[in-house]
Amino acid sequence: MPEILDHARSQVLDGGVGLDEAGVLAVLRLPDEDVPAALQLAHEVRMRWCGPEVEVEGIVSLKTGGCPEDCHFCSQSGLFASPVRSVWLDIPSLVEAAKQTAATGATEFCIVAAVRGPDARLMKQMREGVAAIKAEVDIQVAASLGMLSQEQVDELVDMGVHRYNHNLETCRSYFPNVVTTHSWEERWETLTMVRASGMEVCCGGILGLGETIEQRAEFAAQLSELDPHEVPLNFLNPRPGTPLGDRPVVEARDALRAIAAFRLAMPRTILRYAGGREITLGDLGTRDGLLGGINAVIVGNYLTTLGRPATDDLALLEDLKMPVKALSATL
Amino acid sequence: MSTAVTLWCDRCGGDAGRGVHEACVTARALEPPRFCPRCRRRMKVQVLPTGWSATCVEHGTTTSP
Ligand code: SF4
Ligand SMILES: [Zn+2]
Ligand SMILES: [Zn+2]
Repeated sequence: MPEILDHARSQVLDGGVGLDEAGVLAVLRLPDEDVPAALQLAHEVRMRWCGPEVEVEGIVSLKTGGCPEDCHFCSQSGLFASPVRSVWLDIPSLVEAAKQTAATGATEFCIVAAVRGPDARLMKQMREGVAAIKAEVDIQVAASLGMLSQEQVDELVDMGVHRYNHNLETCRSYFPNVVTTHSWEERWETLTMVRASGMEVCCGGILGLGETIEQRAEFAAQLSELDPHEVPLNFLNPRPGTPLGDRPVVEARDALRAIAAFRLAMPRTILRYAGGREITLGDLGTRDGLLGGINAVIVGNYLTTLGRPATDDLALLEDLKMPVKALSATL
Repeated sequence: MSTAVTLWCDRCGGDAGRGVHEACVTARALEPPRFCPRCRRRMKVQVLPTGWSATCVEHGTTTSP
């Protein structure tokens, strides 16, 4: 067994203390033949510190496209020649989407908007939408609306939004290569306010943006410092018309290495499969990740792309004997 | 709306009768359409957890099968 995994076994599995940046880097550099052992250890860590339950979530786009920011991976930026047009979802359709999500057994429903930060119109839509969902659907509501002011943080708490997603997307040193219209620090500031408000912090990013392995390790360490309740892990799905539209997808083995490494950096977090896994990992890889540190999934479609049918993921969880986290367990 | 008329590739907006759209067809398994196959206009597309709808201002709305 490689030294780093021996070290991780005592520090992370037994002690519950995540690997530091150097440790994560060592895992990311493991030769192919040691990846299964890393995944196995990451799985044991997840079982020990999180348990066998898998948190299931559905997401929906309340406001699609036309975003003024320039995140180079994003088809919803209005600054690129992406075919995605601006569109708003009405409240009855939002409630219907929440119902469909709840029907899969999901306990989380995340409402997302492609904006720099919310304006008055979006906050009004949120207030009405969240109230309508809470009146009709038994599900926890999360939101992802970009950068927030303190007032907006308070308003979301008041609406009963229990978790807020705001991804750092990549490590601090690589961020300016990916986004130029706002800074990593501005994102961090929003996360700090969210944390202080009592809402759960959901913060992850995308692998495969052109970052180095060292920068992947840096990112894991920075996330670990933030200590989010949940970390959604995306793999770049290169979108036509975006600056990263021609980038290669992450190799399955590298994606699995990263899953193990991120779990070993953050033994207690909810580590969620988000976008891109269908393309990067396929069915077999999806299974390997769930046996390698992942303990949450987004089921159904994403914001502008489609996922596997929820029934496929639920069947897989049943096959793996991993129970879907129940609503009662989350309250 | 009839789906029989496919003049334009609904993923890349290119001429459906020219060039190769195999990659588009493959990608469409995990993407909604973006261009109207009849007039090539960019459509307003809403993705939902269990489906999608795509609207062309001229040719109306299509929903996921
Ligand atoms: S802020 Fe969000 S929606 Fe806007 S371009 Fe960046 S990732 Fe896309
Ligand atoms: Zn095409
Ligand atoms: Zn048309």
